Amino acid sequence: MSKVFVFIEGNGTDLKKGSLELLNAAQNSGREVIVGAIGSDARELAKKAAHSGAKMAYVCEAASLKHYNSEGFAEVVHSMIQQSGADLVLASSSSMTRDLFPRVAARYNSGLANDCTTLTLTATDVKARRPLFAGKCTAEVEFVNSPLKFILMRPNQLPLGQSNTTLVAEVKEIPAPTVSGKVQCKELVKGGSTKVDLTEANIIVSGGRGLQNADNFKLLEDLATSLGATVGASRAVADAGWVSHSMQVGQTGKTVAPSLYIAVGISGAIQHLAGMSASKVIVAVNKDPEAPIFQKATYGIVGDLFEVVPKLTEEFNKALQR
Amino acid sequence: MRIFVCLKQVPDTESRIQLRPDKSGIEEAGLKWVINPYDELAIEEALKLREAKGQGQVTVVSVGPKGRVTDALRTAMAMGADDAVVVDTNESLDSYWTAKAIAAAIKNEGSFDVIFAGKLAIDDNAASVPQMVAEFLDIPHVTVATKVTVDNGFVVEREVEGGAREIHAIQTPCVISANKGLNSPRYASLPGIMKAKKKPLKEVALADLGLNQEQMKIRLKDFQLPPEKPKVKMLTGDAATQAKELVRLLMDEAKVL
Ligand SMILES: Cc1cc2nc3c(=O)[nH]c(=O)nc-3n(C[C@H](O)[C@H](O)[C@H](O)COP(=O)(O)OP(=O)(O)OC[C@H]3O[C@@H](n4cnc5c(N)ncnc54)[C@H](O)[C@@H]3O)c2cc1C
Ligand SMILES: Nc1ncnc2c1ncn2[C@@H]1O[C@H](COP(=O)(O)O)[C@@H](O)[C@H]1O
Repeated sequence: MSKVFVFIEGNGTDLKKGSLELLNAAQNSGREVIVGAIGSDARELAKKAAHSGAKMAYVCEAASLKHYNSEGFAEVVHSMIQQSGADLVLASSSSMTRDLFPRVAARYNSGLANDCTTLTLTATDVKARRPLFAGKCTAEVEFVNSPLKFILMRPNQLPLGQSNTTLVAEVKEIPAPTVSGKVQCKELVKGGSTKVDLTEANIIVSGGRGLQNADNFKLLEDLATSLGATVGASRAVADAGWVSHSMQVGQTGKTVAPSLYIAVGISGAIQHLAGMSASKVIVAVNKDPEAPIFQKATYGIVGDLFEVVPKLTEEFNKALQR
Repeated sequence: MRIFVCLKQVPDTESRIQLRPDKSGIEEAGLKWVINPYDELAIEEALKLREAKGQGQVTVVSVGPKGRVTDALRTAMAMGADDAVVVDTNESLDSYWTAKAIAAAIKNEGSFDVIFAGKLAIDDNAASVPQMVAEFLDIPHVTVATKVTVDNGFVVEREVEGGAREIHAIQTPCVISANKGLNSPRYASLPGIMKAKKKPLKEVALADLGLNQEQMKIRLKDFQLPPEKPKVKMLTGDAATQAKELVRLLMDEAKVL
């Protein structure tokens, strides 16, 4: 039976949505699913991955890998993949996997396709496409001369499956790596946000210069709360210091693809569109009917955001009973 | 201190992208080429480091057709880089092959203390070359850096999910890839532009580095433009009516709530 190795990540002891999406694709492919997890919750994550079809799990809970560091993680993941015997490696695209897997792929003299947005996986074949030129086109990835195939998928692109809590996987512990310590994570400084990160969020509410000042972002936070959404922003307001740069969506900010993206007081400059035009449904609220954002939007509301946004919050609260 | 900067020339962000009729790639004719925006941050960081150390040599390296990328390398030298190396090729290299070429070109130069790159090239969107260069040179790396301080090697901050920051201590030689926020790149001055014309630009061929087509791991094919979006549906009425209608559409038509 052909094999697929899925590197899984969690938020605490819950699997990230992107990992669950890949587990579902892997399980449905008819391949034997093998997972790898690193960190103090690795065993718990492996247990949950088993519920989604993983037959075998490699875990490393070494204290030295509490925080990410490319040297130790590369060492461990390399050995997990080797032991698994899989020639296809999947992971959800994240700060960690994007840093780590190009290095691991290179160690295997193999290619890596980052940030893929479609994936078709069967027992014998794999097809993936990825966006290029800031989403202005896409292309299919063909592996040539590549002993292993590495694919990082953008989250929120694939369906989730059912889980079965009676399933278990065989678990194998990978020992702590021997490392030189040439790169070490000294500290993890927590961010302000307790919400799901922009890159993983299913719903995003983004604000632009139309909000006029930092205080008015409160309006968007209320709207976001009514929807269980994460708040994003245009570069104009991140540069103005109204919000943190980590909230910027766009070509020089984050690339996002949620199910629902609500752009409030954002004109829709090409560099902003580059970061969000892959969203499934786009709603634009803008007082200017000619704003370019309406060309990308699914639904458009021409109006004063200070009037429209509170009404939206009210209606979402009613409809979703929050 | 020997500092290298990896510089890629990419189509300007405002460029309209058109596909070749056989869908094997994009039409390059008529594109305006610029320095990848993240690589400008890498150049700036390299120059700042040389200034802080009071000595050193900043060398920019680019893999691409010499006729085109020379322009970008001259701009980097006008900003203040000391010299440049172009790995001249008309091939469209993937990340692996590019990284092999950069690693080999840098090795050819002798010693290296730090290699700065951008976190991502905005054309191929790969975010892979810097890490692969580090692997091929067997040195450590940190990507997506928003702050770099010199401290017995470097202390590098990188932003991760939720606005959190990882703080890494890294020893030289190493690879650091730059994110927005790291610095504000300087402009090339007029005297800088004049001086740049006389700075050394070395040319090497892929074959000189012992590299060929076999280093290509990924080929991109069947290029497609994104599907046309259906026309926007504009909601009418006062704010309350629009809000009600939107919620209904999101629930019943788009089914995203
Ligand atoms: C190399 C480069 C990279 C860039 N990267 C990014 C990036 O990553 N992300 C990004 O976002 N931008 C980026 N930009 C900047 C981009 O070009 C725009 O300048 C920016 O997106 C504009 O932000 P905005 O839409 O908030 O502001 P504006 O363009 O000023 O738009 C404000 C909008 O609010 C509307 N408005 C005002 N008042 C109201 C009201 N009361 N009610 C409703 N609507 C109202 C206006 O009609 C207008 O459409 C980049 C630019 C360059 C050159
Ligand atoms: N052809 C190239 N020549 C020089 N540097 C490159 C090249 N391609 C990528 N790089 C460097 O690697 C970074 C990330 O590129 P990429 O991995 O292609 O997204 C870029 O910002 C450059 O610093």
